[in-house]
Amino acid sequence: MIPRPFEYHVPRTLAEAISLLNQYGDTAKLLAGGHSLLPMMKLRFAEPGHLIDLGKLTELKGIREVGDEIRIGAMTTENELIGSKVLQEKCPLLIEGARQISDPQVRYRGTIGGDISHGDPGNDHPTLMIALDASFVLVGEHGERVVAADGFFLGTYMTQLEPGEIMTEIRIPTPAAGTGCCYAKLKRKTGDFATAATAVTLRMNREVVADVRIVLTNVAQCSLRALAAEQALRGKPLDDEHIAEAARLAMSVCEPAEDLRGDIEYKTAMAGEMTRRALSTALARATH
Amino acid sequence: MSKKIMVSFKLNGTQTDVVVEPRELLIHTLREKCLHTGPHIGCETSHCGACTVDVNGMSVKSCTMLTVQAEEAELLTVEGLAKGGELHALQEAFMQEHGLQCGFCTPGMLIRAYRLLQENPNPSEEEIRYGMSGNLCRCTGYQNIVKAVQYASAKLRGETVTTSHPLMAEVSAH
Repeated sequence: MIPRPFEYHVPRTLAEAISLLNQYGDTAKLLAGGHSLLPMMKLRFAEPGHLIDLGKLTELKGIREVGDEIRIGAMTTENELIGSKVLQEKCPLLIEGARQISDPQVRYRGTIGGDISHGDPGNDHPTLMIALDASFVLVGEHGERVVAADGFFLGTYMTQLEPGEIMTEIRIPTPAAGTGCCYAKLKRKTGDFATAATAVTLRMNREVVADVRIVLTNVAQCSLRALAAEQALRGKPLDDEHIAEAARLAMSVCEPAEDLRGDIEYKTAMAGEMTRRALSTALARATH
Repeated sequence: MSKKIMVSFKLNGTQTDVVVEPRELLIHTLREKCLHTGPHIGCETSHCGACTVDVNGMSVKSCTMLTVQAEEAELLTVEGLAKGGELHALQEAFMQEHGLQCGFCTPGMLIRAYRLLQENPNPSEEEIRYGMSGNLCRCTGYQNIVKAVQYASAKLRGETVTTSHPLMAEVSAH
């Protein structure tokens, strides 16, 4: 319950935050919503010497459309995602996903940028981001770079974020009209991390799959794209037989960790089942 | 030991200044420095919601927020719900509908329900259960908490309310 002592900093600008981050190096941690970091500090899994609170950086908040992209500030909260008109109209997958993350209180504080930067395989946004073909703006001392979500996640708590960098924005190509999507999540109770979950984005061309993305949560070291399953579906009708084959191929890439949510066999089977359900629902929501 | 910081916030309408170490959790400041001991601590993993307070119009688990993050914030705890000695509709509702037993989760439940009804004045049962899912209760089985939130929601919308609880109805009749 009691974290170790640390020094607290509240930068007023992004430049100031980056300068503090560089000044204190790996003894510093960025504080966003605080709903992963503080729990770890309370259990003394993390013991940073300095916390740099991004809470006053309003420039890192907000959801807007720029051209054919939806741009979301990294400090935008889950609750703000759920309430967003832009997302309701243009990117309902993100709302469906966010509604399944944690509970109301946590969603008032937890941010999309924090959920992604944490790199926990149990988190839902990494999967949603890959399914939506998002990219992330990372800003450091020497300027900014934009990195694709697909490939950003390297392992448990490991991402392409370099020391001294801050994720400032999430960019999502506005999904084409008629795109079907679904996030199917199996969990033991509301507020729990997934036993297994699958995000699907799908475009149909008449009766066959024009394009599809299938991404899995919490069944490997990090969110996992089921490429072989996607490949097997392109150009094919999305009937029971092809859905079953895609689920089988998705299961073949799973490497879940055994824990209280279940053993390897169970989680793998559930990843297959979530894939089946996500594909069927996405199909029902897609315009042919 | 890290240096202490003065933090100023408004607690139930009263300007309040406290001096804290950066690591001090808001729940501890509220309970130990401000002596608002209504908000409780039921876990150390941010699940139970017994510590829920309203911060700048949001329901927040005060065990997962540093007091230094509350600088300039407007805080509402259960102690601030009743006005002029009169119970808030939610407090009356939890009593009338028997929405508490041991009372340990109740301050968090009330403050969460307060925000839920601000955002959704006429929630369905499903919306209440989903909207209260950050708050655990060991005693009630939630059923009467749902009824209490429905009672308060009706009262706040200006409707005439009566308790659905048979024993409470009998008490009220005498």
